Order: sequence, then C-alpha cells, then structure tokens
Amino acid sequence: MTPLLHLDNVSKRFYGFVALDGIDLDVYPGERLGLIGPNGSGKSTLVNCICGTLQNEGGTVQFDGKPLDGLTAHERTHRGLARSFQLPRPFHSMTLADNLRIPLLYTVRARLGPLHSTGDLDARCHELLDMFGLAKKAKQLPGDLTQVEMRKLELARAMAAEPKLLIADESMAGLSHSEINDILALLLRLNERGIGVIMIEHIMSAVMKFSQRLAVLVSGKKVADGNPEDVVHDPEVVRAYLGQ
Amino acid sequence: MKFPAATIAVIVLVLAFAHWLKLDYFYFASYTILQFIVLATAWNILGGYCGYVNFGSAAFFALGAYSAVFMDKFYPLPVLALMVIGAVVSGIVGLGMGYLTLRLRGAFFAIATLALAVVLQTLVVNWDYVGGSRGAYIVSPETIGIAGIQVSYIEYLFALMLVLAAIALTTARTIERSQLGFGLGAIRDDEIAAEAAGVPTLRLKLIATTLSGALMGMAGAPFPYYIGYLQPSSAFGLEYTVNSIAMPMIGGTTGWIGPLVGSILLGSLQQIAIITISSAVNLLIVGLLLVGFVIIAPNGLTGLAQKYVRLWKQL
Amino acid sequence: MGISADLLINAVVAGLLLGGFYAAVTAGVSIAFGMLDIVNIAHPAFVILGSYIAYFINVSFGVDPILLSIIALPAFYALGALVYQIYYLSFEKRGQESLRGLAFFFGLLFVTEVSLVLTFGVDYRYVKAAYIGPSIHIGFIDMPLRMLVPFLAALALFAAIELFVTRTFLGRAIMAVSQDQLALQLMAADPIRIKRVAFGISIATASIAGALLVVIQPIEPSVGRDYIGRVFAICVLGGLGSMPGTLIAAMLLGVIETLTSTFYGPSWAPAVAFGFLLLTLAFRPAGLFGR
Repeated sequence: MTPLLHLDNVSKRFYGFVALDGIDLDVYPGERLGLIGPNGSGKSTLVNCICGTLQNEGGTVQFDGKPLDGLTAHERTHRGLARSFQLPRPFHSMTLADNLRIPLLYTVRARLGPLHSTGDLDARCHELLDMFGLAKKAKQLPGDLTQVEMRKLELARAMAAEPKLLIADESMAGLSHSEINDILALLLRLNERGIGVIMIEHIMSAVMKFSQRLAVLVSGKKVADGNPEDVVHDPEVVRAYLGQ
Repeated sequence: MKFPAATIAVIVLVLAFAHWLKLDYFYFASYTILQFIVLATAWNILGGYCGYVNFGSAAFFALGAYSAVFMDKFYPLPVLALMVIGAVVSGIVGLGMGYLTLRLRGAFFAIATLALAVVLQTLVVNWDYVGGSRGAYIVSPETIGIAGIQVSYIEYLFALMLVLAAIALTTARTIERSQLGFGLGAIRDDEIAAEAAGVPTLRLKLIATTLSGALMGMAGAPFPYYIGYLQPSSAFGLEYTVNSIAMPMIGGTTGWIGPLVGSILLGSLQQIAIITISSAVNLLIVGLLLVGFVIIAPNGLTGLAQKYVRLWKQL
Repeated sequence: MGISADLLINAVVAGLLLGGFYAAVTAGVSIAFGMLDIVNIAHPAFVILGSYIAYFINVSFGVDPILLSIIALPAFYALGALVYQIYYLSFEKRGQESLRGLAFFFGLLFVTEVSLVLTFGVDYRYVKAAYIGPSIHIGFIDMPLRMLVPFLAALALFAAIELFVTRTFLGRAIMAVSQDQLALQLMAADPIRIKRVAFGISIATASIAGALLVVIQPIEPSVGRDYIGRVFAICVLGGLGSMPGTLIAAMLLGVIETLTSTFYGPSWAPAVAFGFLLLTLAFRPAGLFGR
C-alpha cells in the first residue's frame, strides 16, 4: 500500500540552527500515528513544513503520491491535508458557524465546483457543529468559548476542510481528564470515517490509547518509529525523552 | 434589487437639487467630499476588510491625476476615458507593489506604501514632461454638451464624481456580502489560519490592492481638470493620505457605510474649518480625532451606533 | 568621465558621517520594531520634537543642544513609557496592533507635525553651538565639526545601547522578551513592564537624535517625514534587531544618498532611501545581516 503522506529526508534550518535533520516518515491512509518528543524537538516545525506554513529546504514531502514542495499552505489544504494549531487561532470577528464556513467555502466548494449549493454547505456546517458539541454556541463569537470549546472549534475548523489526513497539534494540552477523553473520543470518531490522524501530544495516556503507531522526535531527528509498546520501552527513547 | 434602485434615485435627486441650487461653490465643496468618499471607501476595502494599512493613498490618487496630465499633453481624451486610464495605471501599480510586498507581514506592506508615495513623488517632481515641480496647467472648457444640453464643466465633473462615488460604494457593498469579503475578513482576523483553512490569501490580497488602487486612480483622473493647475505637492498632498485613513477609522471600518459616514462628516467639518480657521488647525483636528477614535472607539461611529442600538433593544 | 577623486572621497566621508547620524535616529526604531515588534512610524516625530525642544532652549538660554538632550532624557523616557502604556492597553492587549496600532502611530506623527507647524511656523530653524561652523582638514578631506560631533555622539549612543543590552540584566531581559515572551513569564518577569522600559528607552534615544539633527541641518516640521523611509530602510536592510547591522546599513545609506546628491542633484535624494526600502522589501526582506 502506498503511504498517504511520505516524508523523505526532510530538513529545515533557521540560520545556524538545525530544526529538522533528515526526517523520513510515512503515514498510511486511515492510520492513527502518534508523534511525541520533548519541547523544542521540532514537532511544530515538522507540522509547519508538512502543511506549507514553512517550506522545507531539504528532502521532499509527498501527499497522495504527488510532491507538495513549493505549494502554499492553502493549496495543500485543497489536496486534503488539514491541521489544527497548538494555540487556537479562531477568526475572532466571526461566529462559530462562520468560522467553519470559511474552509467549507474555500476548500470544499473549490473541490466540488463553484456551482455547488450553499444549502448543502450549511448542512455540513451544522453537522460538524453538532458532532463537536458546539451547536448551541453556533451564533456566538470565539471570545465566548471555554478552553476546551476553543480546542474543539480548532479541530472542527480543520475537519470542515474535509481532509484525508488531519494533524492535531497538542489539542489536549492543559485540559482536565474528562475534557481529554472528550477530545480523544472525537478524534477516534473522525478516524472511524477513514480519515488519517497524526496526533502530536505530551499526554502519554492519550497517545498510547490512540496510536496504532508511534514516532519519536528528539532534537530534530526521528529516533523511533513503530509499535507504541515497543517504542515506549526503547532504551534510547527512554533516555532522551521519557526518562527526563 | 433595492440597493441599485435606491442609489440611482439618490444620484438623480442630488443632481437635480444641485442643478436647481445653481451655486458653483456647492459643486466645488461637494466635489471634494465625493472625492473623499471614493478614497475612504477604496482604502477601506484593503484596510478595514482585509486588515492591510495603505499609507500611500495620495500616491494612487496622484497617479490617476498625472496619467490625465500626461494624456492631456500626449493625446487629449475625454475625461471619462482618462478615468479608465487612471484606474488601469493605479490598478497595475497596486498589483505590482502588492505582488512585491504582500507576501511579507502587514507592517512591511504599510511601510512599503509609504515608500511608494515618496518615490513616485520624486519621480514626478523630476519629470518635466508633466510639469515637474513647476506644475502643469490644464485647460478645461467652460461648458460641455451632454445629450443636447449645455452644462457647466464643474457640474459635469461633479456628476462624474457622484457616479464614481456610487460605483465605489456599490463595489464595497458587493464585496462585503460576497465570498471574497468573507475571505478578506478571515485574512484580517488571522492570516495563517486562513491559509490553513484553504483561503488563497495572496490572490485575495492582490485583488483587494488592485481594486483599491484602481478606484483611487479613478478619483484622481479628473482632478487636474477640477483644479486647473496641478503641482506635485497638491496631488501628493498629505491630506489625501490622512483623510483616507481617518474617515474610515472614524466612520467605522467593518462595513461600506462607515467610510461614507466618515467622509461626509469629516469632509464637511473640514470644508467649514478651512474657511473659518486655518487649514493647519483643520488638519490638526483630523489627526486628533483619528488618534482619539482609534483608542476609544475602535469600531468608529457605526460601531458606536450599533452598540447603542443593541443596548436600547435590550431595555 | 573625470570625476575628481577629491570630490568622490569627500562625498564618501560626508556620507559616512551622515550615516552615523542616521544610525542614531534609527536606534530607537531598531529597539521598538526590531526587538518589540512595535511598528512605531511616529519615531521621527519624537526626534523632530527633540530637535525643536533643543532649538527652543538653545535660542532662549544658550544651552548646548546635545547637553540639553541628555538632560531631557528622563522626560522622553517617561513619554515613551506613557505612549507604550496607551498602545498596550488599546491595541496590543486586544490583538489589533496591525491596523489600529499603525493608524495610532500615524495619527501621532501627523498631530506632532501639525502642532509644530502651528507653534513654530514653517520657517527653517537653526541652533548655535561652538562646533557649528569650523571644520577639520585632513589632507584634502574636509570634515565639518557639525557633522563629526554628531557622528561621534551617535557612536557613543550605539556603544551605550550595545553595552546595556549585553551586560545588564534589564538589557538581556529585553532581548529575551523579543525572542520568547512565554519563557520570560515563566521566569516571573513581567514582559509588559520590560517592554515599557524598552519603549521608553527607544523614545529617549529620540531626544539625543533630535539634538544631533538640529546640529546637522536646519529644521522645519515636515523634516520628520523624510526620515520615516530612511529609518525603516536602515532597519530592514540591517536586519531587524541587529544593532551592528543597523550601524552598517545606516552608513551605507548615508554614503549612497550623499553620492546621489553630489552627482545627480539633491532633488533625487528623498527617493534613494525609499527606493532602497522598496528594493530590500521586494528582494531581501531579511536584510543584509538578518537574524
């Protein structure tokens, strides 16, 4: 089976500092990949390079068999790649429903064709709001949301682009135990629809429950990639990350 | 269908009223205010809707004016054609500059627009064909025949500017309610998130910059005919830049009504101030109002009005 | 083409001296924009304000302008702190610094200029000091003292800022805040207070730059506007936040401006800085020595 996302020797430097050093990574359609690593290991940089917010200097990023290098972030989203941001970035002057309408109009409608009915897009918007438990606040502004609701909006907006692969960047940080389970259940439900998910997290219990495969990033290098139980007991991983 | 009908009705009424008044001063004063309506509305398409500040409104305005001067010396054309040329020239410059700088942060774009204004002014000052620093005289006829009637030229220019103002307001309103306006708002709220959501940010920003520049150029094209003698210092005057920012900021930046309200109010205030006090004090007041409103009432007068309406409804 | 070597070398020297002065004007923006990410386009207004204060006291009491600017430092610092506080409460806190923050500073710039016009009129104003007039001659090189003294003062200012930023705790905290606000908060330092201090310092430099300005050239209210382009061109060219880069970029700009003025005429001079700015933004926004 060909991987949905294929990273081949991806590198990124910021002037003198090497943020990513030859990363190879494959994610298969519908797979649940966990990505962990200490702070500063390059996880966010990797996400940014995959999604086009930053351009990698070395290696290539391939999605669905085609190279993404040089494409802008919005072009990659159009191809089926979506991400949520670690610190939520809602459109603060728009209602929740309108926040979801942006990707629906600009990604989904672009994909389906400009004559696609607005009514159908509205239906998709409400379905998503329902699924994420945000329907009651649909006409309110993001400023009125609680922490966990903001995280859900962030994920809902990424899902509104109807991606084949979703990258969830630390969507559970700082949440309570029940809120974490809430988000976990949502991500599992999304995966059941056939959407691949890369979960970037520090909360090990959630990562272990969620991932079919686990990759570890330390100082810009991938030091482990495989079965979660094996990876977690890998001495190098323990030394570099878990043992701290 | 209500808005276009209402607009045409307003235009006809205003023209009829002005014609009945037969006051040249009315034409001169209103022309200035109409010019500001166009500039403020055009500025707001990029500024209020999209979040990118343009400090070079005077440059786009002057480009329109100097295109007209150039054509007058090179190959005279009717004012209507000059307005189209002005729109094209300013639009292209807006597009070009946008392409060079819009991939950077908003602050860099703002600074670049400042730079553009000075560079263009220096070029014009050193270009003798259009008069350079000595200025250029433009001769316009006393009257012009429209559909068999002879109207005074100033009335004709007034009518043109009135129609242009209507076009600008209609354009802004259309954008505001369209998918384009929605996308511009997303860019203004969070550009990186907008990109990630699939909004083609560079393309939309370029559309906004080009449209904004084109409208400003169109407003500038009749200016040499209105004023008769054009100098770089008047075409590139700071009052165009300040007003095109202050009027939307004070009127309100989120909709098409804000710039309209701001232009009429501030424009009229300035017309009065110029006669009664000095023009320097007049500009000082504009500046102070700008700073005051930006701090205290960030959504302008329309924002305040909306807030009070909401509060009143709750009572 | 017979351009005399004399003329050329003198133009280059004059350009370097001028560039040093430009660096002093830019120092404040380097701090505000380079380190605090505050696009203070009103900085030249504070500089010209400093010039007029120096002029006024000089003409009324005969005090040396540069000395006066040092005495005025605390007042300018307080002004800077006040402006930052307003800026923070009105814009930074609400996340609206891009549109409204810029409009705010533009408004300040404008109001300052018009107020100066109303107070002092549009005639050119001069100061009197011992070093305005005489020149030093080294071989065929002429160095007017009114250019040399500001140049040396500018270098001293830069050295002082560089020392402050690298050697004092507060200075290093300012550098830290420009790179990682969160880390600073974790260190229990108040980033807002640190930014306020930094912005205060930024405006304080305007006091000195203003005095240097009025020594170098006669002033009138709209002079500030010429400096917006210069200051940001230098900042961008030198790489945001790099003090040595700012100094080198400033001297480069000074030399090119002076050469243009000498060989093509002064009416092209304003376009040089702004043209440079546009080119840099278009092709190399990280600057020559970017961070």
